[in-house]
Amino acid sequence: MSTGMPFRWLRRPTLACAFSLAALLQGAAQAQDSFKLGIVTFLSGPAAESFGVPARHGAEFVIGELNKGSAPAPYNKVGFGGLKIEPVFVDENGGATKQVQELRNLYQRENVDAVVGYISSGDCLAVAPAAEELKRFLILFDCGTPRIFEEAQYKYVFRTAAHATQDNVALGRYMKSRNVKVGTFNMINQDYAWGHDSKADFVATMQQLYPDAKPQADLLPKFGAGQYGTEISALAREKADVIYSSLWGGDLQAFILQAAPRGLFQNSQLVLSAADHVLPSLGEKMPNGAIIGARGAYGLMSPKTPLNDWFFNGYQAQRNVWPVQGAYRITQALLGLKVAVEKAMEQNGGKKPTPEQLAAAMENSEWESPGGKIQMKLGNGHQAIQPIAIGRTRYDPAKKMVILEDIQHFEAECVNPPAHMKSIDWIKAGFPGAKCDGRT
Amino acid sequence: MALAATIVVDGLIYASWLFVVALGLTLVFGVLQILNIAHGSLYAVGAYAAASAVGLFASLGFAPVFSLLAMLLAAMAVALILGPILERGLLRLFYGRGEVVLLLVTYALFLILEDAVKLIWGVNPYYVSEPYQLFGNVAIGPLFYVGYDFALVVLAILCGAAVWFGLNRTAVGKIVLAVIHNHEMSASMGVNVNRVHWMAFTFGVFLAALGGAFTAPMISVQPGISVSVIIVSFAVVIIGGLGSVEGAAIGAVTVGLARAAAVHLLPEAELFSIYLVMAAVLIFRPEGLFQRAAARKI
Repeated sequence: MSTGMPFRWLRRPTLACAFSLAALLQGAAQAQDSFKLGIVTFLSGPAAESFGVPARHGAEFVIGELNKGSAPAPYNKVGFGGLKIEPVFVDENGGATKQVQELRNLYQRENVDAVVGYISSGDCLAVAPAAEELKRFLILFDCGTPRIFEEAQYKYVFRTAAHATQDNVALGRYMKSRNVKVGTFNMINQDYAWGHDSKADFVATMQQLYPDAKPQADLLPKFGAGQYGTEISALAREKADVIYSSLWGGDLQAFILQAAPRGLFQNSQLVLSAADHVLPSLGEKMPNGAIIGARGAYGLMSPKTPLNDWFFNGYQAQRNVWPVQGAYRITQALLGLKVAVEKAMEQNGGKKPTPEQLAAAMENSEWESPGGKIQMKLGNGHQAIQPIAIGRTRYDPAKKMVILEDIQHFEAECVNPPAHMKSIDWIKAGFPGAKCDGRT
Repeated sequence: MALAATIVVDGLIYASWLFVVALGLTLVFGVLQILNIAHGSLYAVGAYAAASAVGLFASLGFAPVFSLLAMLLAAMAVALILGPILERGLLRLFYGRGEVVLLLVTYALFLILEDAVKLIWGVNPYYVSEPYQLFGNVAIGPLFYVGYDFALVVLAILCGAAVWFGLNRTAVGKIVLAVIHNHEMSASMGVNVNRVHWMAFTFGVFLAALGGAFTAPMISVQPGISVSVIIVSFAVVIIGGLGSVEGAAIGAVTVGLARAAAVHLLPEAELFSIYLVMAAVLIFRPEGLFQRAAARKI
């Protein structure tokens, strides 16, 4: 008994130290074997169902495929350059202040190697300076406001999807090419960065393409308003040829559910800049003939390529619904990050890259995605441009789903400004340098 | 003239929706002195329950008109299940600890219910638009309205009249008013104050759930619908005076008309118009339009 006590005293700290060292070593080994990735998307709140959750499902599908090494070439190397991807999902709901804190937690407590995230334009504007201050790598995968790289410069921050300008320029070009009559137009957009920026781009585009068209009602309900009866009366009272909206998610669904029975779309052409994501859920309640964008060549308007077949069919098989823009946009962010990590690893002898090496590899890069080629051409190589498609809705009773027809694809350079030119200035100058159908 | 009529109609439709929800909020405050932030979540639960109930009725082969009954039963079920559980099982434990503590408790409850809704119904939207088509369309001047919107106005009037009649013309109502005026004196006169508490809270839950249930056909029912309604409802009860039924009615109509006028005449000021009215009322009557200033008990 007396001889056992000192042994126990010795054994406990020794064992504790041994376990601690083993855990540390294992942690270090894991840190080198895996790439810890923070993924921030709406998992609750009104943006969850149509954007956040499809984005999460898209990320889970792609990360699963990449970790198995079963994605098509050139993405068939396991994980990121052999490093298994270890995702940490965070809910974007809760406002910009909370998101800045959550971003710090991801970098400083979770020790993630990079963060891919953010759907809300307000959140993107708030987190970009925080990542820059911490000197940590951040990809904004979805938000639309053009202001991020037009009003600031970043070293560590990138956006791998085109901003809202292309949505509105493409809508204008589509209407023009289809000879849609626009003598007057009404607008309804949400009262925050996305709604205001979209409206400004659309009005400027209309001034260029339809100089005689007059804007009338200009409604700005708050985000998540839910009740649109008064707005629908205002839109119906000021009869217009076109009703334009950048509403999305639950707001767009509620607006359509309340406006369609009141006949609002019978005498006006409905034009929506980002509506693909509500088609599966609205089904036959979606008005026929609406001109819609998907913020890219996504979903039912995606190109027929092996890469898109892999993603579209794989996602559909896993989730029993076709992928919408949120899923596409996070996929192109993850594939772009994979290209950048592997390029940086090639240059540093196969080691996991630092944020600086990662940023250098990402700048001005290009890669193929299911929705087409992504090119980091704007914002000093930090802001992407990409192709986009616009189409018209029609409910197909045989397929029991909304289909898109009369689809027109636009090249990235046709609907995005050139480098070093602000979007709104480019539109107001008459789209200088735009290349459509291979012609300037 | 046509514009004025449109503003009035739009304002009254919006006010009717708001009134049903705000009525429950003000009733609970009047009886229990609880500013119930979870009221918005109970509205959402009502909407989800109605979506499920309407779907169930349809699958059982009931005619579409019975969907209204399904929505009513859903709201009653939510109230009868959640009302007593929340009041007896949670809120009662914090009575006497100050209004701020109870405010925080209801905020916690709001967060819990938000997640509970996601656990039960998931994050995918529910659609129950069939009842929205039941009453056809109504033409007012050059504009078409959905008849269902006017059914909501009738529902709001019925709710307001029932609560007013119940409080002012029935024995139970007199007892509730006695508790509102003085808990301790009522208890000493033999009133079962605890029973009044849970009954009033349950009725408040019913009104919140009823508001959600009858809103469900107009929206896609999905996570997040509870937030906007609770903020505007607070504005309504503050304008009318916390705890006042008449105040909630006048507050709802004021907010509805102010918002409708702003949307038609100055859309940029839509949100501002609601809070401008609230600020104006608070400047001149800090206790609200229908609340008498009372001496503080020491």
